[in-house]
Amino acid sequence: MFLLFLTSGLFLGWSLGANDAANIFGSAVGSKMIKFSVAVFVASIFVILGSFIQGSGASNTLGELGSVNAIGGAFTVALCAGLTVFWMTKLQLPVSSSQGIIGAIIGWNFYSGNPTDMNVLGKIVGAWIAGPILGAVFAILIYLLLKYTLHKSKIHLLKLDAYLKYGLLVVGAFGAYSLGANNVANVVGVFIPSVPEIELNFGVFILDGKQLLFLIGGISIAAGIITYSKKVMMTVGNNLMKLSAESALVIVLAHSLVLFIFSSTTLSNLLQSVGLPAIPLVPVSSSQAVVGAIMGIGLLKGGRNIKFSILGKITLGWIATPILAGIITFVSLFFMSNVFKLVVVQDESLVVSQKINAIISSPKISASAASVNLYQPLLFTIIGLLLVLIVVLIVVLTRKTSKAKEEESTDILLKYESQEKLLQTELQKVTNENAKLEKEIEFKRKEQMGIAISIIQKNQFLEKLKAKIDKIILKPEVNTEELTQLKKLIIDNLSIDKEREKFNIFINELNTDFYLRLANRYPGLSENEQRLTALIRLNLSSKEIASILNISTKSVEVNRHRLRKKMHLKREENLTELINKL
Amino acid sequence: MIKIFKTSKDVIVNIDEYFDTIELGILNFKEGVNNYLDGNTADFENNLKIIDKLEEKADAIIRKIENDFYVYSLLPNYASEILNLLEKVDDIIDQTKNTLSQFDVESPFIPEEIKTDFSRLVNISVKTAENAIPAARVFFTDTNLVKDKIQKVVFYERETEKLANKIKRRTFKEMDQLKLSEKTHLRYFTLHIEEIADAAKVVAKMLSSLLIKIKM
Repeated sequence: MFLLFLTSGLFLGWSLGANDAANIFGSAVGSKMIKFSVAVFVASIFVILGSFIQGSGASNTLGELGSVNAIGGAFTVALCAGLTVFWMTKLQLPVSSSQGIIGAIIGWNFYSGNPTDMNVLGKIVGAWIAGPILGAVFAILIYLLLKYTLHKSKIHLLKLDAYLKYGLLVVGAFGAYSLGANNVANVVGVFIPSVPEIELNFGVFILDGKQLLFLIGGISIAAGIITYSKKVMMTVGNNLMKLSAESALVIVLAHSLVLFIFSSTTLSNLLQSVGLPAIPLVPVSSSQAVVGAIMGIGLLKGGRNIKFSILGKITLGWIATPILAGIITFVSLFFMSNVFKLVVVQDESLVVSQKINAIISSPKISASAASVNLYQPLLFTIIGLLLVLIVVLIVVLTRKTSKAKEEESTDILLKYESQEKLLQTELQKVTNENAKLEKEIEFKRKEQMGIAISIIQKNQFLEKLKAKIDKIILKPEVNTEELTQLKKLIIDNLSIDKEREKFNIFINELNTDFYLRLANRYPGLSENEQRLTALIRLNLSSKEIASILNISTKSVEVNRHRLRKKMHLKREENLTELINKL
Repeated sequence: MIKIFKTSKDVIVNIDEYFDTIELGILNFKEGVNNYLDGNTADFENNLKIIDKLEEKADAIIRKIENDFYVYSLLPNYASEILNLLEKVDDIIDQTKNTLSQFDVESPFIPEEIKTDFSRLVNISVKTAENAIPAARVFFTDTNLVKDKIQKVVFYERETEKLANKIKRRTFKEMDQLKLSEKTHLRYFTLHIEEIADAAKVVAKMLSSLLIKIKM
């Protein structure tokens, strides 16, 4: 039955873990300084340790404010505090579970008629105000110290990065410990008066009911961190503290110190022993301590970036949360008591007499509570299951993240390699194609030259033959008619030449690009002039060109002169060079 | 997380090696141009080969640094800016390599009258780059010293610009014996050398903005 009622407190613990872990590791995880899995692992372990080792200090103060003596009342108080926190978070108001639970306890005091100790309340409210202020003071001092050390040490940025990563982890662990120590009181504090008298014997050590309660409270905060804090860290954590790693370290340390101071019994006793006033051991708001620390750094940097509206919101939180929680609790207690007939308040005298009767009637039972305890196996099982769940979740998260990172690294390298290979292949392909095309061009050029040379040689031979026939015709004894016919045949052959036609087609085919460039640059050139430029490009002499075109050398010279004029060439400019450059 | 110190150490070594490579490349460029001006062809070709290798080495190192930065989330708040800075430093060696290979391919004619000025221009431009590297180096260890080094870069860049203008003016206004093509060619080479100082100035500007960000 007790465990069933405890669920409302565990829900509060879960939401506290989910929300407040972002204050500790938010900026470190958000800025990828620390992996989420590592942060979760460290935060879970240390929050449990903090709750278990040092959680009682702040809880006692809550007890002084109002001892909720019925389990039904504790359930309602924790549930109402949780609902108030949930509701105000929805309204995007800065809210703290500490303020929620205090308001709810005062609500129970009002309902039960218990007087509220104003001294204790004053101490608590004073601690709330002191929390952010102390956070700011600590942040300023630590920041100055860190800057001075960094300035003196001249450390390499990358080494500093490594130190900061470890620093954030260590400070985060301290923060988680302090969070557990200070805030576990919010989670299980109201259940302390109703905790059953049990003892768990682990062999090496024995845990009593109160210690078990803190352990379970710590585990519930850890469960919140593991299951739901990632989303908050990535969103709220980043928005709240988009800061440099150094600033993040300072802020987390300042916040952790504040939480630690308000939960350390040893420190409080130490101060008392030297004659100073004791520190009130009160659950303070982790978020407000962080905001205070951020403002401290902001003030140190000139105060330009500080949003003073946040201070207003915090003050609103100080006032609105307890009042709201108190009212909701008062109404809910009335409702629980009258509708569900739940015992939410026990008469103090009845409680005392019941205890006395129990001791008188069976003094041995309470002494042997440890050995005959019905809760023991159930609690063992629950704690064991929760621990196994935490370990499994951490292992799964760690594996997932490290595997993803390895895959990412391999992917990047593979991408690099494949891109390089692809580029090299493309380059090789283009080079091969170019070489092939060049070979082809060279072959065609040679072929073209071969045809040109054969035309020239053939024409030269025919010219010689024609000259010899002319000489023979002049002789009187020769039959001129047949020779004239032969000469005519040669002349015809000189002018109509199939090979020449083939050559012309070849020239046109090969020089398509060249003709285009030529036409672009010199649009007024005729077809014959274009052909002439193509022949000049082949480095042929005027005589050779004349032979190919079956015109006289002089005509070629005249055509060349016209071409130069049309191309607007100066006297010193070389026509062949210019055409070759085109 | 456990490997973080070893990774940081490796990356620090790589960054140092990277800067060393760039500095060597710059010195080789200076030597190369001076060899060209003196007509020491064999030495010039050797410089060209060395700078080619150094540029390749710098590329390989920067790729490794980039990979480590991304995979191990080093300096996550400034990673992109720092990698950009290293890329800009790489531009300096790229520029020196390209300019030296242009000397090899185009063989510009540099008249005797301006050879001294040209050599001075190379020296000042290289000095700009030489000062940009320590500025980038010191950024990682002592940000307070960066400003002084940046001042030197800015000073030498201005001097380079002045001298380059002087050379260009002399080439076009006083040296009538040169063909227009030669003048234009000279102008381009003056510009190429000036661009090395410009690349160094870009590095200095990036350092200034990074400095503001890191000190915020």
